[in-house]
Amino acid sequence: MALESDDQGGDGFEPKILVFACNWCSYAGADLAGVSRLQMPANCRVIRVMCSARVRPEFVVEALSKGLDGVLVLGCHPGDCHYSEGNYFTRRRGLLLKRLLEYVGIEPERFQVRWVSASEGAKFASTIEQVTKQIKDLGPRRPQRTIQPTGPGER
Amino acid sequence: MPKTRVGVFVCHCGNNIGGVVRVPDVVEYARSLPNVVYAEDNLYTCSEEGLSSIRTQIAERDLNRVVVASCTPRTHEPLFQGVCEEAGLNKYLFEFVNIREHCSWVHMHDPVRATQKAKELVRMGVAKACYLEPQEEFESDVAPAALVIGGGVSGLSAALGLANQGIQVHLVERQQDLGGLVRGVQTLFPTEQATDGMLRPLTEQVKSHPQIQVHLGSEVTSVGGFIGDFDVTVAADGQAMDLNVGTVVVATGAEELKPVGLYRYSELPNVVTQLEFEERFKTGTEVPQNVAMINCVGARVPERSYCGRFCCTTAIKNAIWIKEQDPGARVFVLHRDVMAYGSDIEAFYRRAMELGVRFVRYDMQDPPVILGEDRAEGVKVFHQLMGREVVLPADLVLLTTPLIAREENETLSKMLKVPLGSEGFFLEAHLKLRPIEFSTDGVYVCGSARYPSNIPESVSQAYAAAAKASIPIREGLVRVAAITSVCDERTCSACGNCVEVCPFGAIELQEGRFGLAAHVNAAQCKGCGCCVAACPSGAMQQRGFNDRQLLGMIGALAEEMTSGVGE
Repeated sequence: MALESDDQGGDGFEPKILVFACNWCSYAGADLAGVSRLQMPANCRVIRVMCSARVRPEFVVEALSKGLDGVLVLGCHPGDCHYSEGNYFTRRRGLLLKRLLEYVGIEPERFQVRWVSASEGAKFASTIEQVTKQIKDLGPRRPQRTIQPTGPGER
Repeated sequence: MPKTRVGVFVCHCGNNIGGVVRVPDVVEYARSLPNVVYAEDNLYTCSEEGLSSIRTQIAERDLNRVVVASCTPRTHEPLFQGVCEEAGLNKYLFEFVNIREHCSWVHMHDPVRATQKAKELVRMGVAKACYLEPQEEFESDVAPAALVIGGGVSGLSAALGLANQGIQVHLVERQQDLGGLVRGVQTLFPTEQATDGMLRPLTEQVKSHPQIQVHLGSEVTSVGGFIGDFDVTVAADGQAMDLNVGTVVVATGAEELKPVGLYRYSELPNVVTQLEFEERFKTGTEVPQNVAMINCVGARVPERSYCGRFCCTTAIKNAIWIKEQDPGARVFVLHRDVMAYGSDIEAFYRRAMELGVRFVRYDMQDPPVILGEDRAEGVKVFHQLMGREVVLPADLVLLTTPLIAREENETLSKMLKVPLGSEGFFLEAHLKLRPIEFSTDGVYVCGSARYPSNIPESVSQAYAAAAKASIPIREGLVRVAAITSVCDERTCSACGNCVEVCPFGAIELQEGRFGLAAHVNAAQCKGCGCCVAACPSGAMQQRGFNDRQLLGMIGALAEEMTSGVGE
């Protein structure tokens, strides 16, 4: 490729962060950040879901175990959910999932849940900035140790 | 199953994307992705040129998935989906990638990383597109009748708005008379017209309208169903009646706060609220000589933070009324700020001052004190401009209180599956974009049920709600976006998690071909996906956002990292 990546320059480590944003609040907030030309680190990749409660905990585990450095789930503020109460499920699942991650040896800070409304472009930008910095400080994900099969033919 | 053939269209958006992201590199990269058989860049994909290129390529290259990388699906998805449909491709085989709002506009000074990010986003979009499936939108019939709950000014206006379009309306009012809260009011601001002159023609029209059936002394006791097919039970004198309606308008109004415990209300006989003054005093001939009004009683306080919006105007109206009956009467209005919005009401406020009504500002930290033993005789207040305490004579003290949400809102909101705000009023879908709709389709709100609203506001909201509520009825059918959940009955264990979490009551356990299993009512499902994340067996899936599609996106991003393509 003609482009030269500057990943090696400056701080060195550039984390890759997966973001789930709900269609009604946070995705709209991300759009507003764009319309307002709020500059932010280029480490996050947004997946749009209709509600933050659609994010199955397995998605987070899958992303982290495949080597992504962090997962951020964004939803409407409590009480503002387009689907009345989806974000309450997100909150409860999030708390449980953090404990699970800690138990299996993944820093729980790699997974975060935040609330960003459709009018909070600035909050979206500052959240991306904060989370990127936190995960940068944690360093790259250490690959999980995989259990080797005991013999050639066995599984 | 035909082979997956993805076409990718990357938009420059003039300079908006192309000025930061190296679009030709993204196109080149897209061509290298699995299943991509065609990729091109467009100056503006949304221009006629771009759109016709999509149409042409679908036909020529036999594309069965289309990915557009440009702006946001929130504004442009319907346009591109429409083009796909025109070219004979099911619109659910289209996938949107946002490389403007989420990329070029927020990384304007970092073209290298922005280009890399755009490539990864396209890779994720293509990965999802490969798993997309054609979908059929669910259609259902709409019952040709509407329900209006509440027979006040809002409800009456909404009922007329609907009935005048030829729609059958059921108007349910709890009281034995129509008119609502405003029946207790003698004159209306700012015209000072007698209430009856406005209310009587309105109620007469409603009562005599052939399309409106008025249910007095009745209450809605249960609501089932969904847009187009609400099953409503209305009870009157212990007798229940079942109605089937297509849409529902909530116009239940609000009530005046009775400020028990404040300013010795309910303890002294001559300390009353503005509405009580209207009911008891304004009908008689005797005009009180010394009147003190205290505004913002129980409003804009920590436990009730909102402003009642027209209570100031009510105080002004009653102050003017007293001065007009007897110019010698002394009227003081103690306020925290005067809310007299709009040109008419501002003029009304000025007129009160010209008539000699005195407006005295008080501080919430140092509120007025009612003097007197068995009756209020005066009000002591710290006069901010004079910088000292003054005692105002008072034969009558009027407390100006805000409208508050009705307690029954709670029950009704649960029945209709619509939310209430923190103050107990009904909460609309979007403050600015959908102010009289709920996010629950087919249910609308107007008047003081939503927020204290004066008569002109209530009437305009009622007309808006009636117009909105008439659309599904006039169309005769509703279409539901195919993002609803579906259950694979073969893997469902009927644990009922999904039934528990569904905010819309759209899921039921039913006996089917494979035994007891979850069944989603597509017309009730709003496509949040709560149930999918709660399903332990993966039987529940959301169309357009299923596990394979989302895991595909995650996998694509992770692969990108390890393969390092694009670096």
